[in-house]
Amino acid sequence: MTARFLPGSLRRLFCSWSSRLPPAQYGGRHTVTLIPGDGIGPELAQHVQDMFRICCVPVDFEVIDIDSTKASEVDINNAIIAIKRNRVALKGNIETNHDSPPSYKSRNCLLRTALDLYANVMHCQSLPGVRTRHENINITIIRENTEGEYSSLEHESVPGVVECLKIITRTKSLRIADYAFRTARENGRGRVTAVHKANIMKLSDGLFLECCKEVASGYPEITFDTMIVDNTAMQLVSRPQQFEVMVMPNLYGNVVSNVCAGLVGGPGLVPGANYGKEYAVFEMGTRNTGKDIAKHDTANPTAMLLASCLLLDHLRLHHYASTIRRAVLSTVTETQMLTPDLGGHSSTSEVVQCIMNAVQNPTKHLKDRYCAVSCDSRPDYISPNENKHITSANP
Amino acid sequence: MQTVTLIPGDGIGPEISAAVIKIFEAAKVPVKWEERNVTAIKGPGGRWMIPPDAKESMDRSKIGLKGPLKTPIAAGHPSMNLLLRKTFDLYANVRPCISIEGYKTPYTDVDLVTIRENTEGEYSGIEHVIVDGVVQSIKLITEKASKRIAEYAFEYARNNQRNSVTAVHKANIMRMSDGLFLRKCREVAENFKDIKFTEMYLDTVCLNMVQDPTQFDVLVMPNLYGDILSDLCAGLIGGLGVTPSGNIGANGVAIFESVHGTAPDIAGLDLANPTALLLSAVMMLRHMGLHPHADKIQTACFDTIRDKKFLTKDLGGNAKCSEFTSEICRRVQDLDGGH
Repeated sequence: MTARFLPGSLRRLFCSWSSRLPPAQYGGRHTVTLIPGDGIGPELAQHVQDMFRICCVPVDFEVIDIDSTKASEVDINNAIIAIKRNRVALKGNIETNHDSPPSYKSRNCLLRTALDLYANVMHCQSLPGVRTRHENINITIIRENTEGEYSSLEHESVPGVVECLKIITRTKSLRIADYAFRTARENGRGRVTAVHKANIMKLSDGLFLECCKEVASGYPEITFDTMIVDNTAMQLVSRPQQFEVMVMPNLYGNVVSNVCAGLVGGPGLVPGANYGKEYAVFEMGTRNTGKDIAKHDTANPTAMLLASCLLLDHLRLHHYASTIRRAVLSTVTETQMLTPDLGGHSSTSEVVQCIMNAVQNPTKHLKDRYCAVSCDSRPDYISPNENKHITSANP
Repeated sequence: MQTVTLIPGDGIGPEISAAVIKIFEAAKVPVKWEERNVTAIKGPGGRWMIPPDAKESMDRSKIGLKGPLKTPIAAGHPSMNLLLRKTFDLYANVRPCISIEGYKTPYTDVDLVTIRENTEGEYSGIEHVIVDGVVQSIKLITEKASKRIAEYAFEYARNNQRNSVTAVHKANIMRMSDGLFLRKCREVAENFKDIKFTEMYLDTVCLNMVQDPTQFDVLVMPNLYGDILSDLCAGLIGGLGVTPSGNIGANGVAIFESVHGTAPDIAGLDLANPTALLLSAVMMLRHMGLHPHADKIQTACFDTIRDKKFLTKDLGGNAKCSEFTSEICRRVQDLDGGH
């Protein structure tokens, strides 16, 4: 029975009920699409599969390989269909050759827009035992993931003059702002900062800001402020502790998330999640291919493993998620088993083995306080207001 | 004796300009100041412009030093900085970011230069409402402007003994626009084989910049990325209060400026920190070829900050602007006496 044919109020109830339960198939085992991607992706994907096997996680992976050198979009379309079928995916980054013609669209972008994964969430938290210049960072970055500067609408109007369109819509801005405030509320964060450049881009970022302010009025307990993106960059490197939840359009999100990842220890530590109304895709937060270190067994498996924990939380397999997460974090923060990006000399395999040992002999004293954000920030309930925003026409 | 157009600016502008003039006198710099005001006036035809005597002075001297300018809200005219940029076609914004020994930040040994294209890109100001609730903003990249900024970047690297130039882009997403920018950079790199040329994605630069800024040398990029990265780098060395900046225009015009605000709350109270304007003036001296004077003043300034005896409030001390300035003057004269 499809939800479409139900009367309005019952439809909302059905939608929220059906999307609250994760899709499980065949005897309680979940099928998850796995896209290894390029660079360090395949080796990390293998480690995730091995880890899940050791922990007896009831997840079967449907592996979809994507050949990024091919011009045809068949591979990525197959992946999209697979994700629509399974509703959840774990992915590595798919490389985009930036010298290819404009007709070749970024595979990662195609995936995000086709599945309408409108919210990219990255939680950057300082880890004890990881040496960084700043401490006590705890920032959740919520980035609009489907429009803005990544609309891929470019043309050469006159030879030598290229125009690239940045699109900002009210619908998507309201949607992402609402997501940000809900996340803040669910995780007890008191402040949401909107990052923009509305002093220069008065209409586009102005619209984004206006939408954020509108949504903010519905969350009186949360402090809302705004900050211009260049000032934000400066504040992040001098006093990152002032930020809690940050919401922004696509490109600024790219910049801010990479800065924050760098501040807490680098791309090897931070997982990322892309949420849509119906689908969720998990990956390494800074979306690196890691071409130079591919197949050297030196990549840091932390980010990918933590991403797989976010996946498990999304599937409501919380016990498995906590077990693996606890083991990963205890290995990073307490042992000397560090990969080169964190200043150590261990190989990926050694670190993964250490994590597996930790799973089998868990440390009791490490509290599972890390990354409580992602558990509850799925948009798996549809409030009547959200329905109103999303069903309005999106040209 | 070279003439320099001095634009003191608003707020703390006049006092920090006075500080710079005093230090230049102490260092016996062969420079003649011509003070001008650039408050916008409405010219014939109703277009806003800077006063003609300011323009004439600038066109003649070719070098300018500018303090912070304010744009009153609802003044009717565009921002003063934008007006200056358009008047003199200031196409390159250059910000050398060097860690100041004595002003501790979590980042040490930063020594890089950001060169930002300043006339087009995302700041073209062309925006439309397509239908109610959908806005498009146009990012413009042209062959001419990209070539010009790339050429400037490589020439700067060569003239200032820098080893490499890195083009910052997002051509994986914005294939045509950033792709054009990148292609022009590559073409220009062919003529500068002595300088190493690399390309890096904006997100990778940001990621690496906050982990290890020492790996970067000269960075060249379009407008928006330049705006964000130059402020990020300013944050690494201590903020806008200590960061110099220069704007290079077509026709050989160059205006050096402090990029901080006018700080109206401390204006006239002798509390301002003239470091940013002073370091911009030092940049100006290097541009003019007066390297010995530039080195002397920079050494005196850094030594004063390192010594920590006379620091303005924003640097963590409680000296007055005049005391800080006098200390630098004293050190400059000492350095002179030592030769």
